[in-house]
Amino acid sequence: MLDVRDLQVHFPVKMSAIQAVGRALVRQIRRGRTDETPVRPVVHAVDGVSFALGPGEILGLVGESGCGKTTTARAVLRLLAPTSGRILFEGTDLASLSEEAMRGIRPRMQIVFQDPHAALNPAMTIGQAIQDPLLIHREVAAAEAKEATFRVMEEVGLSPPEDLFDKYPADLSGGQKQRAVIARAIILRPSLIVADEPVAMLDMSVRARILELLLDLKARHGLTYLFITHDLATAKFVCDRIAIMYLGRIVETGPAAEIFREPKHPYTKALIAAVPVPEPGRPRAQALPRGEVPDAIRPPRGCRFHPRCPVALPTCGWEGRDFVDYLEDRRLNPETARVDETRIGRPTAWTASGLVVHRAARPDLAKLEEAVRSVLALAPAPLREAVTEIDVSAGEVAVRFREPEPLEPRPVAGRSVECLLY
Amino acid sequence: MTDALLSAKGLRVHYHTRRGPVRAVDAVSFDLLPGESLGIVGETGCGKSTLGKAILGLLPPRTKVEGSLRFRGQELVRLAPAAFRRLRGEELALIFQDPMTRLDPLMTIREHFVETLRAHDRKLSEDAAADRAAKVLRSMGIPETRLEHYPHEFSGGMRQRIMIAMAVVLRPKLLVADEPTTSLDVIVEAQILEILEALRRSYGMSLLLITHNLGVVAEVCDRVGVMYAGKLVEIGPIADVFRRPIHPYTQGLLASTIHMGTTELRSIDGMPPSLLAPPPACRFHPRCTFARDVCRAEEPEKVEFRPGHVAACHFGRDFL
Ligand SMILES: Nc1ncnc2c1ncn2[C@@H]1O[C@H](COP(=O)(O)OP(=O)(O)OP(=O)(O)O)[C@@H](O)[C@H]1O
Ligand code: SF4
Ligand code: SF4
Ligand SMILES: [Mg+2]
Repeated sequence: MLDVRDLQVHFPVKMSAIQAVGRALVRQIRRGRTDETPVRPVVHAVDGVSFALGPGEILGLVGESGCGKTTTARAVLRLLAPTSGRILFEGTDLASLSEEAMRGIRPRMQIVFQDPHAALNPAMTIGQAIQDPLLIHREVAAAEAKEATFRVMEEVGLSPPEDLFDKYPADLSGGQKQRAVIARAIILRPSLIVADEPVAMLDMSVRARILELLLDLKARHGLTYLFITHDLATAKFVCDRIAIMYLGRIVETGPAAEIFREPKHPYTKALIAAVPVPEPGRPRAQALPRGEVPDAIRPPRGCRFHPRCPVALPTCGWEGRDFVDYLEDRRLNPETARVDETRIGRPTAWTASGLVVHRAARPDLAKLEEAVRSVLALAPAPLREAVTEIDVSAGEVAVRFREPEPLEPRPVAGRSVECLLY
Repeated sequence: MTDALLSAKGLRVHYHTRRGPVRAVDAVSFDLLPGESLGIVGETGCGKSTLGKAILGLLPPRTKVEGSLRFRGQELVRLAPAAFRRLRGEELALIFQDPMTRLDPLMTIREHFVETLRAHDRKLSEDAAADRAAKVLRSMGIPETRLEHYPHEFSGGMRQRIMIAMAVVLRPKLLVADEPTTSLDVIVEAQILEILEALRRSYGMSLLLITHNLGVVAEVCDRVGVMYAGKLVEIGPIADVFRRPIHPYTQGLLASTIHMGTTELRSIDGMPPSLLAPPPACRFHPRCTFARDVCRAEEPEKVEFRPGHVAACHFGRDFL
């Protein structure tokens, strides 16, 4: 029913994001200049994503903030134009469809947003908001529209509809508002619902009821859901299949039950292990991935998870800036910081450029080379073993890393995993 | 219990509003021991943050505060603002959900630390202050090379680390953390919780952790208090409250929490009441499936049903 192939969405960096580039630039200038920042930077929000969704299925797009979940969803709904790829929906490729042609498709696919507050116009009554799509997309008489609206309101638990129809969003609780948003989404009887964090803003005691409603509507109308969430517990309960996203890629996808029972990708493992469980005395997650999700403007080479991966291999994409990061890490220890300061120089003295990182050395090249060798000897094994040569020439020392092994999704234990371990 | 670090007795906080008093915290009593971590959980608007603000002296002017709140023997209710300012930082510290609201975008991290440290010790030199900052930042995984950076140059998780570093640099006795990880992703959340744990252990600091996330409380806290509509309805050791909850609200809250083991969806009927006019007697009675006449007529007393496990429900005994 929905088949997304090689979807890419790249945003040119503009206005507010400019600051992000500025930030990235300042950071790079400070920690070592780099000549690889593109002249016109783009955010690789979604970078080659493929998935398929069968009728009546619930697919969860799961991942941390900024991993591209919402961008994927917005591209599927053609709320933004994909950079490349195919989006086959009920047999039509939406990727290249004109806005005009999209209008005929829109009633078939609807979205439920995270914030019911923002999704409802405060100046419109609940009834008006719900029947609005009906009046826009179908030529129905006012009386008929109202009748249909009453019906969906009953269906989503907004009853009695006669009383609630003329209420304003401000008079409703968060849970009721989300019900209204859901009613508006289903009034045209779509086949696909994109639910973007539909319960994230609701209180615990209300969440369950909204999820119940979504499941109930699916059963009743044979709806298909693309369910976006960062909450793994919700995904586990709600979804038939899940796709774990990291920095614009799907790293693992398959049946939810299988993946939660035995995650395969190191990132999926880390995510699941990090979820706090309301069960006192349970041992804490061990060996958390270091740091945070890096900038999507310059995603790491090779496997994008490699700088944080606890089980990375030398072939996973080690590059010049990983060496600079390693030098930064050594500065956390006052001892090594002091030694490095004189022998290796500050991390900012190094320039990372793709697979190479180099530093001009005056006067004593040999000393610097020796220092680099001794520091590398202490580096984590995958980083150390990814070094192909330490080149001393033309007044500088350059550390060169191997090309990463090409990475592609592979079938592993009933699912698809993108990781060199498999 | 004389050696409590913080002791609340019949604490009431009523906000002054045009529509009348908002009873955000009502007759709340508990003790917090040195080095202990106490979680405060409950749904939106139940008064968790208000409780935290009362402890830190950060309530808006004209707010009515009654009862007693003793910190190391000193009464905090009606403490002069100047005395509170001195106490904050040196003895009491706080971290919030959004660190950006507490960091000045025009000041480097070094300047933030120097200002904080020198506000409490005028004689401290700038270099000595920066040294101390570097040390505490390092312990949180932030190299001192980043001292000269501005807040916007850090990621959300890093900023929260910096906030924590600033909060603990003066070695406070009590850290109040209001939803410190709510806007963070799970992995970063787990990193921050690990830091809080390590700090508590190495500094012997007490932690009051305010959150709506029961999982976070289960991982970090020794004891937990459950608030409902301004009342502390249950408090006790974490294992007791989570495994053998007494108060029907706690039971409902635990049952409706979606976690990795959830096999069936449950919820609590109705909605939390307005604190302008909370229901009389047991505030939970309109939503409680066990409510009887006495619940609508009389406020339930707090009863210690098990050692250290206190709940306020007329029928608590039935749930033991
Ligand atoms: N400055 C204020 N003036 C008036 N009422 C207030 C003020 N601050 C909070 N309240 C009210 O006091 C009650 C308790 O609020 P509080 O912020 O303590 O709740 P909370 O448990 O922290 O909620 P949340 O989980 O949403 O953070 C709410 O009804 C709130 O609307
Ligand atoms: S390819 Fe696999 S092993 Fe290598 S860094 Fe990525 S997740 Fe880790
Ligand atoms: S006192 Fe009554 S209404 Fe209140 S929680 Fe107990 S049983 Fe329910
Ligand atoms: Mg709060």
